[in-house]
Amino acid sequence: MSWLSIFALALQTAIGFQGASFALAASGLNLQFGYTGLSNFGHVGFLLVGAYGMAIAADRGWSIWVGFALGIAAAVALGLLLGIPTLRLRGDYLAIVTIASAEILRLVANARPSEPLTGGSRGIGGLSGTLGFFDPNFIPAGNYGIGESFVFNSRQLWSMLFTWGLVVLVTILIWALVRSPWGRVLRSIREDEDAARALGKNVVVFKLQSFVLGGLIGALAGALIALEAGSVSPTRWVATLTFALYTVVILGGAGTVLGPVVGAVVYWFILDAVDGILKNLWFDISDTTSGAIRLAMMGIGLMLLMIFRPQGILGSKKEMIAGAR
Amino acid sequence: MDLPQLLRSPRVLLLLVALGVLWPATQAAAQGGGGVSDAEAARCAFTKAEAIDANGGPLGPSIWGRLCQVIDGEVRYAEGAEVTVLRDGEEVGSDTTDAGGVFVVTIDGNGTFQVRLDPETLPKDFSLTDEARARLDNVRVNLGDQQVVFRLGEDSRGQRDFADYATTVAKGARLGLILAVAAVGLSLVYGVTGLTNFAHAELVTLGAIAAYVANDAGVPFWLSVPIGVAAGALFGFGNDRLLWRPLRRRRMALLSMMVVSIGLSTALRNGFQVAFGPAGKRYTASSGQTERAYGPFRLTPNDLLIIGVCVVVLVGMTLLLRKTRLGTAIRAVADNPDLAASSGIAVDRIVSVVWVLAGGLAALGGILYGLTINVKFDMGFILLLSLFAAVVLGGLGNAYGAVLGALVIGIVQETSGLFVDTAYKFVVALLVLIVVLLVRPQGILGQRERFG
Repeated sequence: MSWLSIFALALQTAIGFQGASFALAASGLNLQFGYTGLSNFGHVGFLLVGAYGMAIAADRGWSIWVGFALGIAAAVALGLLLGIPTLRLRGDYLAIVTIASAEILRLVANARPSEPLTGGSRGIGGLSGTLGFFDPNFIPAGNYGIGESFVFNSRQLWSMLFTWGLVVLVTILIWALVRSPWGRVLRSIREDEDAARALGKNVVVFKLQSFVLGGLIGALAGALIALEAGSVSPTRWVATLTFALYTVVILGGAGTVLGPVVGAVVYWFILDAVDGILKNLWFDISDTTSGAIRLAMMGIGLMLLMIFRPQGILGSKKEMIAGAR
Repeated sequence: MDLPQLLRSPRVLLLLVALGVLWPATQAAAQGGGGVSDAEAARCAFTKAEAIDANGGPLGPSIWGRLCQVIDGEVRYAEGAEVTVLRDGEEVGSDTTDAGGVFVVTIDGNGTFQVRLDPETLPKDFSLTDEARARLDNVRVNLGDQQVVFRLGEDSRGQRDFADYATTVAKGARLGLILAVAAVGLSLVYGVTGLTNFAHAELVTLGAIAAYVANDAGVPFWLSVPIGVAAGALFGFGNDRLLWRPLRRRRMALLSMMVVSIGLSTALRNGFQVAFGPAGKRYTASSGQTERAYGPFRLTPNDLLIIGVCVVVLVGMTLLLRKTRLGTAIRAVADNPDLAASSGIAVDRIVSVVWVLAGGLAALGGILYGLTINVKFDMGFILLLSLFAAVVLGGLGNAYGAVLGALVIGIVQETSGLFVDTAYKFVVALLVLIVVLLVRPQGILGQRERFG
């Protein structure tokens, strides 16, 4: 494999569905963590309910719209359920409760007695056929791209166009929200919660709104991941996915409108390029090992970013996340 | 009822959360789940090595298994029962079980198969736990050969005797004590620095792996334990000196430090996987353990060892914190670092000591946990949420609270298997955590303060 094709493949992942779905999921997290300073360490739980909402709709023969509605309703319910009791507490409590509840959701989905609803450890398959996600695809069949490595087929193009379209809508929404008075309150809570309270703002309600809206965006990303893959299984929704999204948010710049988008593209480009290089330099490396090396690098990257460049690519040092407390 | 009012009645919310999450669990319990007790299932466990022995040679592409039932407390094997394997309804092959209850049906490659056991051919006294499970319609073979299990014997759920309950509680206490040993350090570190250290789980894994490496190199197990603990203590010390102390000097926000600890945890865990391999491994001391009756408890010698070591260590920690100058200093720093510093306590030195203690204790917890399961790169991470549950339950930053919380979590986690499906074991522990946060966020022993 040539260097050029390694980078072409990495770019393909970065601007393809992987990058788009991560940008969407990270946008939700950015609203919570970047703008409001909420340490939601169980974002993957929102993705999970979005994905399972879609899968359960497919399993029961309902339409794709019911699938979206189920996922969104579940995400709102989850956000309220977790948010109302814990947003009154300190940040570390929110972190522990969210990571625990995401894990509860995964374990419940995985358990044998849940099989009638979630398919247990096997999950639910056959989503694209039942829900017709690819039916409105107007792109003629065939391959599009440059050279041999940088190629998308028509299905890939459809899912990536759809998802990037959603990313654009969500990004515009967030842009409009954070420059509104509402967004200014969120940022003031992030900088100094007591000051915001002293000014008469009902801090818990603002935090709750941000938490639920961010979770809802996460659920949308989960639903799209389910639609693109055509199946849902519990092994995917592990805590590591949340941590990857944190890396994306901080890499791009927490508390910036375009941060998650830039972060997701750069994240996937680096990750995939490293994977290609590893497999090229070290021929007998297994997928398990290269996956572990990639994640180890992600962890180191997250630490280094947080320590040396917490404002990421787009953020300004002046407006750093979570204030200076 | 508007939102602020709702906020003032946490019990309403508590009920909602509990109902929401427990509903599937109670459903499962109502359906009865099916299956013989775990202890009996364990006595009938069958490994590939045993199958190769019974077959008198390699298995080749095949579907294999053993028909085993515990009758009157004795393990017996069903001879002469007929097992048929089909692919897409076409018969692939069949076998009749030998005197050891073993069947091996040769197949023509990987794929999805249907396996049938003819219940009529089962010998007298043998019966299927669930008649419907005589026909397995979705047996996937991915790696050449595959074991299938037909559960035999009465469904002994709900027929447990007192010893079963007593043993489960004892195993819960064992897990709780291990959690306590590992959690004390997490709580102390939180107490003196305010850091919620998500990488604490990796200190647990590191100790277990270090002891395994020593043990594997020929060092006897009893000597591997101090080696592992020393490695953990050293690593804890290094963690503080090289990472956390510089970050504290930079006055990094606690939320940011939490994110750094997540990065560290991810990096270490995956680093362990690369270095140690993804497979689970066992200490030499793990083999040859059989359960014996000690009063109403059925425990292995290792279980007793674990419980003994934990109790000694926890009593030692309590004495250290209560009776020594060092312990007093640690508690003073945890209570109020500024006040402690102005009283002439070298806060940085105390923090270093706490990290050494945390690393050593976490390592010990990891080694003892590794005795009960396999030593694996993510064993600490699996414990992490139980550790947090223990620490929060007892009151963040309170070492005695962590011990108490750990015992509660351990016993709740193990005994919950008696009431709900064992698949929900971890869920129950995490649920306890959430419920506690709803009604008493400061934990059992924590001091009431204004949160948020």
